[in-house]
Amino acid sequence: MLSALRLALAIAAKDIRAELRSKTALLSALVFAALVLVVFNFARDPTILSPADLAPSVLWVTFALAAMLALNRAFTIERENAALDGLLLAPVPREALFLGKLVANLAFVGTVELVTLPLFTLFFGVSLWEVLPGIIAVTALATIGFVAVGTIFSAMAVRTRFAELMLPVLLLPFMVPPLIGAVQVTSRLLAGRPLSEMLGWLRLLALYDIVFVTLCTLAFAAVVDE
Amino acid sequence: MPSHDGSSLLEARGLYHRFGRARVLHGLDLTLAPGEALAVTGPNGAGKTTLLRILAGLMRPSAGEVRVMGRPLARGDHQARRDIGLLTHQSLLYDDLTLLENLTFAARLYQLDRPGEAARAALERAGLWERADELPRRLSRGLLQRAAIARALLHTPKVLLLDEPFTALDAPAAARLRSELQSGLAQGSGLVLVTHHLAEAWALASRVAVLVGGRWVVDEPRTGSIEAFLPRYPGLIGA
Repeated sequence: MLSALRLALAIAAKDIRAELRSKTALLSALVFAALVLVVFNFARDPTILSPADLAPSVLWVTFALAAMLALNRAFTIERENAALDGLLLAPVPREALFLGKLVANLAFVGTVELVTLPLFTLFFGVSLWEVLPGIIAVTALATIGFVAVGTIFSAMAVRTRFAELMLPVLLLPFMVPPLIGAVQVTSRLLAGRPLSEMLGWLRLLALYDIVFVTLCTLAFAAVVDE
Repeated sequence: MPSHDGSSLLEARGLYHRFGRARVLHGLDLTLAPGEALAVTGPNGAGKTTLLRILAGLMRPSAGEVRVMGRPLARGDHQARRDIGLLTHQSLLYDDLTLLENLTFAARLYQLDRPGEAARAALERAGLWERADELPRRLSRGLLQRAAIARALLHTPKVLLLDEPFTALDAPAAARLRSELQSGLAQGSGLVLVTHHLAEAWALASRVAVLVGGRWVVDEPRTGSIEAFLPRYPGLIGA
């Protein structure tokens, strides 16, 4: 168990180191997130919709689309020089391989989200300061679930000819439940509603995380082993 | 066909493989004893690379079984992979990590003691230590091949599966590789070497096999000189 965790951390550290050197996916996702916010900012009519009404949906659409870009890189890095063969040849339990990839993807997507939040407050004039712990908690809960699903679909899509197109097609339907939950909780947080009104959605997000992290961990071997 | 008595490093029985409707391997058997080096040659499309990937556990055969040191190379048994080293046409290296980082990561995957030192030793053996901080994409084809060999040999595997290992190597690097492989064979490891250039592998090989259309047409001890074998080759592959 301990050695599997060590292996998972080694894989995550390798991905993070490679990304920090190239910065390709992280920068693309950050620029993309900023552009999505700019587009939404200018596309809305403030006389019809107040920023507070639109803000939760915009925030989570931005997170979801930027995450998709970040997740695409998870296994494209393994495609160059057939590096994935090197991982699969090694005596590494597939569960450890999945967890390593999951941790690295969470770090990337988390970074994108962290940078996007201040931009979001800037464009939409929504103050997050008072509800920041709640926003961080719901972001973490929703992100873990869809990144887990995104990690396994990224491994599937990378073997196809159109990996960059396949990932959104596979992943978006599975993103719907955590996105709905996250939007609902975020809008209640921004409206200053009590915690009791959010508990149901938070439970849904937690359940989604437990079910999909477990399922994806167990199913990963079947996806990567030919 | 020897039984699973533990004397074989590698044993494959009845390997069949098909890609869609195309049959690639037709019931191949193979055994590799400690200290044995099997040179496999054959025309393009004979199934050599598929065979190597199946022996390494990267592909599952449509039928048949592979055992490494007596252990089936099953999906869940990761330990059986510990004894395998594979060199393919690809380097298996990450372009955004330096050579040292690449090999240190590989050493961690194999859970070697002191991964950094193991990586350094492997780079020194390959004559690449002075290039330890370079990225693979900046290396020439020959240097990249040396780095890929260093990665394959890093964990001193008992079973080495090498696909065209001498490609792009200059004479000193080829000699160094031969010497390293010979030293491994003397210590009881086994080697399956796939090549189109049999002359380069002749001195190393203790057995020679020719694969044509997914079937062995020759599997015999290496005797005599390469000059005596080569005239037979066109007839064996039906050229």
